[in-house]
Amino acid sequence: MNWHTIGPTERVTHAGGMKMGTNVPGSRCSTQRMYQEEVIMNKSVFFGALTVAGLAAVAASAGTLDDVKARGKLNCGVSTGLVGFAAPDASGRWAGFDVTICRAVAAAVLGDQDAVEFVPTTGKTRFTALASGEVDLLARNTTWTLSRDVDLKFTFIGVNYYDGQGFMAPKALGISSAKELDGATVCIQTGTTTELNLADFFRANNISYEPVPIETNAEAQQQYLAGACDVFTTDASGLAATRAAFESPGDHVLLPEIISKEPLGPLVRHGDNEWGDIVRWTLNALISAEELGITSANLAELSAGTNNPEVNRILGSEGNMGEMLGLDAAWAARAIAVGGNYAEVFETNIGENTPIGLSRGLNALWTDGGLIYSPPFR
Amino acid sequence: MTTLTDPPQESFRLSMLLYDSRYRSMTIQVIVMILFMLGAAWLINNVIINFADAGKTFSFGFLGQSADYDISQRLIEYSSVSTHGRAAVVGVLNTLLVAVMGCIAATVIGVFVGILRLSNNWIVSRLAAVYVESLRNVPVLLWIVLTMAIVAEALPTPIMFRGGEATMSLFDTVVVSNRGIFIPRLVPSSYGLLLIPVIIASLFGLRLLGKRANRIQEKTGNRPSTLLASIGIVVVPAVVVFFGLSAISSNNQQVFVTSGVGEIGSVSDLAESEKRISYCHASGSAASLNGLRHLEELGITFKRKNYFNISAAETALATGKCGLMATSQSGSEQVVQRVSSQVKDGVIVSSFAGEFTEGRAMEIEFPVVTQKGIAKFEGGTHLRNSLIALWLALSLYTAAFIAEIVRAGILAVSHGQTEAANALGLRSGKTLRLVVLPQAMRVIFPPLISQYLNLTKNSSLAIAVGYMDVTGTLGGITLNQTGREMETLLLLMAVYLVISLTVSTAMNAYNERTKLKER
Repeated sequence: MNWHTIGPTERVTHAGGMKMGTNVPGSRCSTQRMYQEEVIMNKSVFFGALTVAGLAAVAASAGTLDDVKARGKLNCGVSTGLVGFAAPDASGRWAGFDVTICRAVAAAVLGDQDAVEFVPTTGKTRFTALASGEVDLLARNTTWTLSRDVDLKFTFIGVNYYDGQGFMAPKALGISSAKELDGATVCIQTGTTTELNLADFFRANNISYEPVPIETNAEAQQQYLAGACDVFTTDASGLAATRAAFESPGDHVLLPEIISKEPLGPLVRHGDNEWGDIVRWTLNALISAEELGITSANLAELSAGTNNPEVNRILGSEGNMGEMLGLDAAWAARAIAVGGNYAEVFETNIGENTPIGLSRGLNALWTDGGLIYSPPFR
Repeated sequence: MTTLTDPPQESFRLSMLLYDSRYRSMTIQVIVMILFMLGAAWLINNVIINFADAGKTFSFGFLGQSADYDISQRLIEYSSVSTHGRAAVVGVLNTLLVAVMGCIAATVIGVFVGILRLSNNWIVSRLAAVYVESLRNVPVLLWIVLTMAIVAEALPTPIMFRGGEATMSLFDTVVVSNRGIFIPRLVPSSYGLLLIPVIIASLFGLRLLGKRANRIQEKTGNRPSTLLASIGIVVVPAVVVFFGLSAISSNNQQVFVTSGVGEIGSVSDLAESEKRISYCHASGSAASLNGLRHLEELGITFKRKNYFNISAAETALATGKCGLMATSQSGSEQVVQRVSSQVKDGVIVSSFAGEFTEGRAMEIEFPVVTQKGIAKFEGGTHLRNSLIALWLALSLYTAAFIAEIVRAGILAVSHGQTEAANALGLRSGKTLRLVVLPQAMRVIFPPLISQYLNLTKNSSLAIAVGYMDVTGTLGGITLNQTGREMETLLLLMAVYLVISLTVSTAMNAYNERTKLKER
């Protein structure tokens, strides 16, 4: 299929996410051709719907940027509801740490942070949603692993949260270490790296356990609180977020063991590096903004031009960074305007003054002894 | 004079394919076939192109890779080092288990409710109607989730059993907790399984006895009492064989096999050992169970490690995951040899007499709550709460449909049959059992088959309660970890297709045998 030669307006993106069609020589793009194209595509939508969604993995779609612009909306895969990371607030507006990434990308690309269609995905459905083109970007506490990168064919564009898998147990259970969990019933959110780490941890420590696989975080929470499992395991940040939603968070402890490395980051499909670059540098812009002291408060003032050339390059008053990415000059300024720099996004959504109460820890800037680091804007 | 002329030479013209009724249906069929093939080819071609574009290949090689995840309920040996293929088999067996249990329970409840719905007792028939209407008009997924919530929220947790807040049911033999139901488990000794053929033979005997009684009844009109003889046929051989086998197995001396760095030569060494020894318990092995009891009697503290079977326990002993196992005296040398060949250098494998026997031909293992560490139950057969919830919900839901089928079947039998039976003096129970139901079965059976199929397919909702059926293993975790959507889903569809076709073939064969023979 030669999609490049057909103008962006003729390009049809399917609801089912499957690109089906015929080899239409795009160079002869007469009206009649376009009409035939439409008919064929309508048929293919029909057949696409007939086929089980996700049965066929989809062509790596080139030109996601054009798709998003043509649609006027960014389809962003988020979790089904994890307070602090991605959850609708009281007024039904999606908010959270991961949601801010989606909004920042939408602001950079479309100039409107609300031009985002949030697609809630479970641990199980998220990869199919991304691979099939249902979402343009997945920002859903997803761990960067080799097999996901290479075998599932996704590009992790960076890390926005360095996490690790931990355990939460009721205080009444009376244990202080995960090594005392012999014979415990463990609730796990299925479809994640969590269950693999768990199997490894218990095998390495020669202790037995009873896994209870659970589809969503909400169900896991209900089962854990009902006492159907002794402990609940997922990423430590997720545990903190879940505990924050409990009636009496003080009755539950997070065990000290962190049994895995979980670098969480947004990801896109393989094969569209231009799109990957936009998302990557949007995240880097937020991090660089913290490094350079650009905040939501002084953004307008700094955008006018400063004597720091890197600030000028990010905010677009100098250089042509935006043009290189296929965007306009103020892309990064708009992205930062959504929720401020990385530190501000962290503090408003999951920081110590929120119910989730996570400290920066590994997620401090590299200059403060953390791992958060952005390559230079040059 | 008549002249015979040749019939007009019939030349075949293309238009005849459409206008000649001899060819038309053939033409249409060929066209339909071509269209179907084109459609299929187009879909397949698209898949191939999309696969190529995404750089994916189509291969079932992942089935041989290590799965790396654990499954709680496994009917065959499985661990996280097993392959994805084995995980799929574990899932298929779990699906079959819940399907078979569900079909049996649904039939029993369905027939019962169906009959109640026709009861002359107004309250009873209304209640049955309420049951049927409320069950079948709510999606089965909601019933499954609701049952699970009830099981998880309403039943006591293991810690309550330790503290005495909750007690075991049925004379301390059954645990009903929010982790599931634990029932006593029969553990046969090495000859204990011989009891099964004896019991089967007894059942055949019962049938012969019934036939004899029928013969006499037909000849003389009086049916001889078979009660005492039946009890005798069932109980006497079983008891005699049980005690005979127990005499053998209770003389069967057992030994302990240990592996470890320091040498342990007797049970007293165990008691003096500073390190708490861990005991490799092979589920379903009488030797292992009696070894466990023996250690408890001696008051030796040990940690119990459960393994699926004897060979898994042996492997664990060899890899140093546990340090002690029990086995029969005769086989101990081979066990020591096998284990020694696998252990690391410096690990000593030895055996010593355990002063206990294999016990009775059939030992019963009762569930108990652990007193140390995290509260949980050990011993017995564990029916997990996910299985219970899924099983209950599927059976109750499908039973509502079966009840309607049964009712329809009974109503289809002419009322004259009942009246005739009543006129012969048969009581209503016998009328139902001997006259109405046998005729109703012919109407009931065909739709019953499709209910069984529905139940089997509905079992794929298992993941809602965390029951690891084939959709949960192959179509869930395996799919997610390997990213092979196409392969896993095709395989999954094939599995359900094979199960469903097998069920319907078997049931149709039965239907064919029992249906009214018309000549």
